[in-house]
Amino acid sequence: MESKYIEEDKLLILKVTEEIDEYSVQKIRRKADYEIERYMPKRVVFDFDSVTFMDSAGIGLLMGRYKMANMLGGKLEIANLTQNVKKIFEMCGILKLIPVVNL
Amino acid sequence: MKSKFDNEMKLEFLSKSNNEAFARITVAAFVSQLDPTIEELADIKTAVSEAVTNSIVHGYEDKPGIVKIISRIKDNEITIEISDNGKGIEDIEVAKQPLYTTKPNLERSGMGFTIMESFMDKIEIESVLGLGTKITMKKTIKSMKLEEELTTL
Ligand SMILES: Nc1ncnc2c1ncn2[C@@H]1O[C@H](COP(=O)(O)OP(=O)(O)OP(=O)(O)O)[C@@H](O)[C@H]1O
Ligand SMILES: [Mg+2]
Repeated sequence: MESKYIEEDKLLILKVTEEIDEYSVQKIRRKADYEIERYMPKRVVFDFDSVTFMDSAGIGLLMGRYKMANMLGGKLEIANLTQNVKKIFEMCGILKLIPVVNL
Repeated sequence: MKSKFDNEMKLEFLSKSNNEAFARITVAAFVSQLDPTIEELADIKTAVSEAVTNSIVHGYEDKPGIVKIISRIKDNEITIEISDNGKGIEDIEVAKQPLYTTKPNLERSGMGFTIMESFMDKIEIESVLGLGTKITMKKTIKSMKLEEELTTL
């Protein structure tokens, strides 16, 4: 995962560069939490542009970060959903909670 | 008549989550002989990943065990059986409900069975407490190759 923080917008972009499953999600989660706690951003955007595979581990990942961002007074958003990712998010209703934005 | 596409494979591996990618990629490679679309292949990989993760996380609860996959191709239908000798499911009807999970603290969403059901044509769950769980999933591939084969017969 690559992260980029834009100070003037208090915007943290977390670009996931690996397939998201039970194995990989543990590392992604640790890194995301570390970056969120470090910058305390107003907006956290998960960029899915290079995610070629995702299963339900991705839903847990987003719900967990959603709660965390809210607790710290920030907002969670998602961008560049690939076909497979979109299908899973649509199915579980997470898009009613987390807005899709353009990066 | 037996089609030249009829085939079978078997795979066994240790219940470690770093085997998940190996498992779904192997099944995808096996299905590839039916010439599935990218979306069909993605659906199958996701369903396999859900069942394998469940065996590792819930069946064996991260203790070492063996996860088994048997996959068969008959005409343009793929059958995938994923089984473990883990702890088993107490109430299958309850477990299948969307958002139902016995491990909410580990950021599980309880969507695994819902994903398997919607990404595959058919899914059957067999489970015995203390003995293990077997998931059987089927999907028909709208394969171009097979259609060509059948029309030239
Ligand atoms: N192989 C298995 N062995 C034992 N219990 C299982 C097995 N597969 C599923 N279960 C039980 O069924 C429940 C529902 O499974 P499902 O995959 O739908 O959700 P989950 O695994 O809890 O969450 P998610 O898949 O979204 O991460 C699990 O919480 C678990 O209690
Ligand atoms: Mg699951």
